Amino acid sequence: MSVLEVIDLHVSVETEQGTKQILNGVDLIVNEGEIHAIMGPNGSGKSTLAYTIAGHPKYHVESGSVTLDGQDLLAMPVDARARAGLFLAMQYPVEIPGVAVTNFLRTAKTAIDGAQPPIRTWTKEVTEAMKNLRMDASFKDRNVNEGFSGGEKKRHEILQLELLKPKFAILDETDSGLDVDALKIVSEGVNRAKENTGLGLLLITHYTRILRYITPDYVHVFVDGRVAEEGGAELADRLENEGYDRFLAPASLG
Amino acid sequence: MRSARFASFDVTDFETVTGHEAEWKHTPVARVQPLIDGTLDPDIRPVTATASSDDSVTVEWIDRNDSRIGSAGKPEERASANAWSAFESALMVTITGEQPSEISVTRSALGTGARAAHTVIHATHHSVGTVVLQNSGDALLSENVEIILDEGAHLTVVTVQQWNASAVHLASHFSEIGRDARLKHVVVSLGGSVVRVNPSAHLSREGGEVELYGVYFADTGQHLEQQVFVNHDAPNTKSRVSYKGALQGVGAHTVWVGDVLIRPTASGTDSYEQNRNLLLTDGARADSIPNLEIETGEIAGAGHASASGRFDDEQLFYLQARGIGEDEARRLVVRGFLSEIVQKIGSPALEERLQNAIEAELALSTAS
Repeated sequence: MSVLEVIDLHVSVETEQGTKQILNGVDLIVNEGEIHAIMGPNGSGKSTLAYTIAGHPKYHVESGSVTLDGQDLLAMPVDARARAGLFLAMQYPVEIPGVAVTNFLRTAKTAIDGAQPPIRTWTKEVTEAMKNLRMDASFKDRNVNEGFSGGEKKRHEILQLELLKPKFAILDETDSGLDVDALKIVSEGVNRAKENTGLGLLLITHYTRILRYITPDYVHVFVDGRVAEEGGAELADRLENEGYDRFLAPASLG
Repeated sequence: MRSARFASFDVTDFETVTGHEAEWKHTPVARVQPLIDGTLDPDIRPVTATASSDDSVTVEWIDRNDSRIGSAGKPEERASANAWSAFESALMVTITGEQPSEISVTRSALGTGARAAHTVIHATHHSVGTVVLQNSGDALLSENVEIILDEGAHLTVVTVQQWNASAVHLASHFSEIGRDARLKHVVVSLGGSVVRVNPSAHLSREGGEVELYGVYFADTGQHLEQQVFVNHDAPNTKSRVSYKGALQGVGAHTVWVGDVLIRPTASGTDSYEQNRNLLLTDGARADSIPNLEIETGEIAGAGHASASGRFDDEQLFYLQARGIGEDEARRLVVRGFLSEIVQKIGSPALEERLQNAIEAELALSTAS
């Protein structure tokens, strides 16, 4: 069984004001087939965790480890981490002018699998996955994320999740900016991916809204760069009612 | 002021080039000296032309005294005038059919001697066609290309520079756009030591339109330059200028100058120009100089944009996060960046060939 392990992770970034410590010792174990929700107020380090695991060069690992089935992810370049089975659905996917979605998907699939996907089944699979996410067929001829609406960008991220079939996926605030219909469609896609591949999920969110459609096995509350509280799905309900106030020091209350 | 630049057909009317002149200050003058001051061989016969249809395109050599020469423009700098003073016969391409025709003019055996060339492309009223000037091999060439569009003509001119590494090529393209005529002009510069193609468009009749596009890829030591001039000189004319370039390696240098002049005669002008450069490595330099001169208050729109930047690390991260290796991710981004222009040509076979040529440039970049 596959497992993603984060042990005592400390991470900093360089800012204009100097080095800023963001993660202060994060421990997290995600087994395949499990859904973990990471919740917390803005600035608590949720996205930093996501991007550090994926290997964004902006984040500097001070200490700790991240392993996937024992392999040291932190020692790998970004693309090798993806090929090892990691996927990050980004909050703000960038535009790539002149690169058509269909070409991008095929290139990514080829890279992940180490071989070209068989053309006929692949085309069918892409068409089917797009249909499930209520994406128009013309979508595949557009350039990656160029001129996409917020909802289209998120669907495109989940489309990749479904097609690339990672062992573990981190969804960074995939719910933010989505109306309820789009949220349902995207959530269905995530649930479908889990059903089909049994992947492990790390769901990063500020709100509990998406958890109505994707039921977490575990909820971790992030405050000041570490896990402040852990529990089951019922913890999310509590946060829904109480908010994050009780985790915040009075000084940081806005 | 672009509106007041000196012009003459005669090379002796021009002063000695110092390198400080507006039209020379970005160019490595020493490397092009033979074309500015030298004697140019007027024999330009090593040219082959192939047309897709025989009855709507004619290709012929005409004498320098032919009345069809000199109607689209006048040299504005010494190397252009030097070529104009030297050439003896000109290649004349006439497009007459209303059904689209395509003609390819190939120059691949010009050799290393200094030469002058003159080409006239004439699209008669309501004709439709594409002319491709395909350049490869050695060259030390200064040339003028006149492009004349009569009323309602739709013409595409593509000039492709895939010269050998030591080639030097200076070209001035002068186009005269008739009433309701539309010119699409594309400069593709990939190979050569110094390549400077200066396209100008005179929108002298009401309703004329030009799209001036360019794509270039400069490697170590290469100088690729284009000075674009759009001259809005009649009501309700439209221009779109878009040039994109990639640069890699020490001493890779590109220059884009975009002069747009909107004369008092050009009310209702709609104009936009942009240039974007992608610097792939240290040691490369992209000069990008937009310049808008507006002499009438009654325009529909005029704007410009210019940006030269490093590779976008976020694009790279996004692609790598999908398992795509760094080299391939870079290739995808650069190919995408440049193909936006290539896609505008509208000739699938040519587009594919140019995409492949860009691929080859990129392959060189990752091999080194």
